[in-house]
Amino acid sequence: MSSKTVERLSPWLVTLACIVVWEIGVRLFDVPAVVLPTASSSFYAVWEFRVALWHNAVPTLIATLLGFGIAVVFGIVLGVFIGISKPVYAALYPLLVAFNSIPKVAVVPILMVWFGIGLTTATITAFILCFFPIVVNVAVALATIEPELRDVLRALGAHERDIVIKVGIPRSLPYLFASLKIAITLAFVGAVIAETVAGGDGIGHLMLVASSNFNMALMIAGLIVIAAMAIGMYAIFAVLDNRFTGWATRGDIQYATAGG
Amino acid sequence: MAFIEIDEIDLTYRNSAGDEDDSGTLALQGASVTMERGDFISLVGPSGCGKSTLLKVVAGLIKANKGRVSVAGQIVDRPLKIVGMAFQNATLLPWRSTRENVLLPMEIVEPHRQQFRREKAKYEAMADDLLATVGLDGFGDRAPWQLSGGMQQRAQLCRALVHEPDLLLLDEPFGALDAFTREELWDVLQTLYMKRQCTVMLVTHDLREAVYLADKVYVMSARPGRIILERDIEMERPRTLEHMYRRETVELVQELRHHINIARSDDE
Repeated sequence: MSSKTVERLSPWLVTLACIVVWEIGVRLFDVPAVVLPTASSSFYAVWEFRVALWHNAVPTLIATLLGFGIAVVFGIVLGVFIGISKPVYAALYPLLVAFNSIPKVAVVPILMVWFGIGLTTATITAFILCFFPIVVNVAVALATIEPELRDVLRALGAHERDIVIKVGIPRSLPYLFASLKIAITLAFVGAVIAETVAGGDGIGHLMLVASSNFNMALMIAGLIVIAAMAIGMYAIFAVLDNRFTGWATRGDIQYATAGG
Repeated sequence: MAFIEIDEIDLTYRNSAGDEDDSGTLALQGASVTMERGDFISLVGPSGCGKSTLLKVVAGLIKANKGRVSVAGQIVDRPLKIVGMAFQNATLLPWRSTRENVLLPMEIVEPHRQQFRREKAKYEAMADDLLATVGLDGFGDRAPWQLSGGMQQRAQLCRALVHEPDLLLLDEPFGALDAFTREELWDVLQTLYMKRQCTVMLVTHDLREAVYLADKVYVMSARPGRIILERDIEMERPRTLEHMYRRETVELVQELRHHINIARSDDE
């Protein structure tokens, strides 16, 4: 087995090892099922409750993607403004930091009063949890354009708009994709928090109900479903990232020829 | 009227924007340079003497607080549009191929900007020709990071010259290269200069480089910078490395070094 193959298999092997340790550990120490069910019964619960999980996974996914989508648009626009304008940066940055440091769980009850229980509240929670990294990354990418490069372009008579389009935006793509990978996972956190606190449909709510019934296997099954959805979305953005910003890692060409 | 007239300019850098009491750092004081079209001059001086600042003032990227700068009969009060610039960092865009990097100015400067999409093939051929003259034949498709430091600087020179600027401003373009590569690039630059006959201002720390390339060397004082010596270099072109080992050239370099040492010790 070549080292390349080992590298490709390693995440699967480590995951599998964790599950095996979990299974053996629970059996070995005779942990009661209400505290922690075995891995096998948790995975069986995913199958057993597949209808309920499916019905609740869909609203969670919708709220997450809506919140994320709004955050991407809003984050890029705000990031561009903050990145290219010092006054806007000075005016908004402290506010953003303050806003970001608020525990989002504490905001959910307020949103509940404003928007009621359901999709809107979950979407907005997902949005407010995940827009910050997008704004910051886009702004940083634009604000850190090399001064020499700026001078080269300005000496050609370039407008600020030319600089943003020719340099700023392409340069910000690796930063943007890095932030999207963080943001999509945060969006799941936001949606699930809102469902857990505010109720309605969704995996978060399902887990809350399972918790009140001491159905630990279902709770773990809920976590497994959320994790699986998050990994799936992350993987989509990782592929897009590699596709559009291979130049940033500079390894694209060797990678392709090595058949990786 | 001379092509470039820099007349007694003062320039103060503010340490922080908008602070009224801040007296700032005086970078230039009474600096004057006059150049005719097609001249090649070098600016040398102790580090921090405002050489690069002077270049930016000429390009219209910074405004002087006092004095007058004119290029081609026009007072410089905004960025000029006829300038090519190159710096110590090649600052090539990593997401573009070397050829696309060279063509970047064509996407910005009028009238090329209007025609660029329509006549892309013509422009690409032009970029390839230019790359060939600096010894980068066949490297147009490579990504910039696949080029060595010296090759990146060659590509940067192409980018600075592709739109046939009237004025080429070079800020230590060879400063980060090893001695052999640097000497090779002196020759590349000289060839380009003799071909294009543009006006060149070169800022450098390397006195031999200043002498090899320029028709006239200006020595600047320590900060606040002004011109303390102008020295004509009367060597026929094309110059070769062999010229640099002639006695009169060596003596000239020594003389310049001596002046800079005095300027440096005045500073202390």
